[in-house]
Amino acid sequence: MPSLSFTSNLTRHTPCPDGEFEATTVADLFQCYFLRWPEVRGYVLDDQGTVRNHVIVLVDGRSLHDRQKLSDALTPNSEVFVFQALSGG
Amino acid sequence: MADRLLVGTRKGLFRIERNVNGRWEIAGNWFLGDPISMLLVESNTPRIHAAMDLGHFGVKLQRTENGGESWSEMPAPAYPEKPDEVEDKDPFRGLEIPWSTQMIWSLVAGAPDELWCGVIPGGLFHSTDSGDSWQLIRTLWDDPRRKKWMGGGYDFAGIHSILVDPRNAAHVTIGVSVGGVWTTWDRGAHWELIGSGLRSEYMPPDKAGDPLTQDPHRLVQCPASPDRLWMQHHNGIFVSEDGGVHWRELSDLPISSFGFTVAVNPNDPDTAWFVPAIKDEQRIPVDAKLVVSRTRDGGRNFDLLHQGLPDAPAYDLVYRHALGVSDDGEQLVFGSTTGSLWVSEDQGDHWLVISHHLPPILCVQFEG
Repeated sequence: MPSLSFTSNLTRHTPCPDGEFEATTVADLFQCYFLRWPEVRGYVLDDQGTVRNHVIVLVDGRSLHDRQKLSDALTPNSEVFVFQALSGG
Repeated sequence: MADRLLVGTRKGLFRIERNVNGRWEIAGNWFLGDPISMLLVESNTPRIHAAMDLGHFGVKLQRTENGGESWSEMPAPAYPEKPDEVEDKDPFRGLEIPWSTQMIWSLVAGAPDELWCGVIPGGLFHSTDSGDSWQLIRTLWDDPRRKKWMGGGYDFAGIHSILVDPRNAAHVTIGVSVGGVWTTWDRGAHWELIGSGLRSEYMPPDKAGDPLTQDPHRLVQCPASPDRLWMQHHNGIFVSEDGGVHWRELSDLPISSFGFTVAVNPNDPDTAWFVPAIKDEQRIPVDAKLVVSRTRDGGRNFDLLHQGLPDAPAYDLVYRHALGVSDDGEQLVFGSTTGSLWVSEDQGDHWLVISHHLPPILCVQFEG
């Protein structure tokens, strides 16, 4: 199953343990994760569901292409990592 | 007389207390490292709200029910989904206005359990459950005139002042940078753009009197005389005797008519304080001399108060919400962008420095 993990900087604000969920896109993966950990959503996405300006999402080591709809495809072994940009601090 | 106050800074929330020796000192802190853009101490309760502006992870709201012993994250005001067909762009620069809360710029209590919250980019939010949930006031957000608001100091317009009429909590007046003064008599069901007599010298002459182009930096209301409003405007100081419908510009002001903040004595509508600065090109104290100006006669005369403030050159700027007054109107506190904090026990005649070493100060409020 695709996995999702977060920068340790985010744990300072809210619990966000690693997770694995059945998902074929980043949007699916986030949706599953936020069902389990709803308070994390607002730290990663803005009011319109877009990835926050100063948050970076890596999918298998590459930057998320679709930061608005999160439609990037995942494989069963995909690793998604959320971390903060060096900008915006 | 208050013995405690809160200070929201670029790097956390601080409590200042008067110790047993009568000296004010830093007594506690929360959220170190995180910007606190706004705070609200609810009167006669141990409830405090703190708005955080996390650089990477967005706007958050924290609430304590026990005076700060423990805090809980509460929902932050959030915009509804923007319909694809709606075009919403800054009128001058053409930038897309984000339907997403970028900063909480005002937070005010109304009736019991009622809160109002003003944000950048220009939304007004309402809560009837002490912040458990928020609703965007669509009547204002969807008003076509709202789309003519423009950024003032920040990229997009924002609501920094919310005045709830102590005689009638349904009567609410707001100040917008840059979008003038608006009022509602029915908790936001209908809005009226007011502000006759205001003048914006940064606009072309034919637009200078347009209420929509006004940049009120800060708007305050005297609780004992709620029709009296004071405004520190971008290019002047204005006073209203009718709740903001009509305004009179004060002339012959000492030092400067520019500044960001104003406070009014809750018990005396004629007494108000300002912190003047060189106007917008520089935004530092005039001649590097930090002073507070005070009127006690409704703006006819001003005293310049500096006892206890630095003799050496000072470059402190005081933001909109960084000047506070106690409920009895005797104590004042103000903090600066360079992290200095002063308190006065005699309406500003004398000042005591509490610290020169805090992070940049964004907001202050007395407790109790």
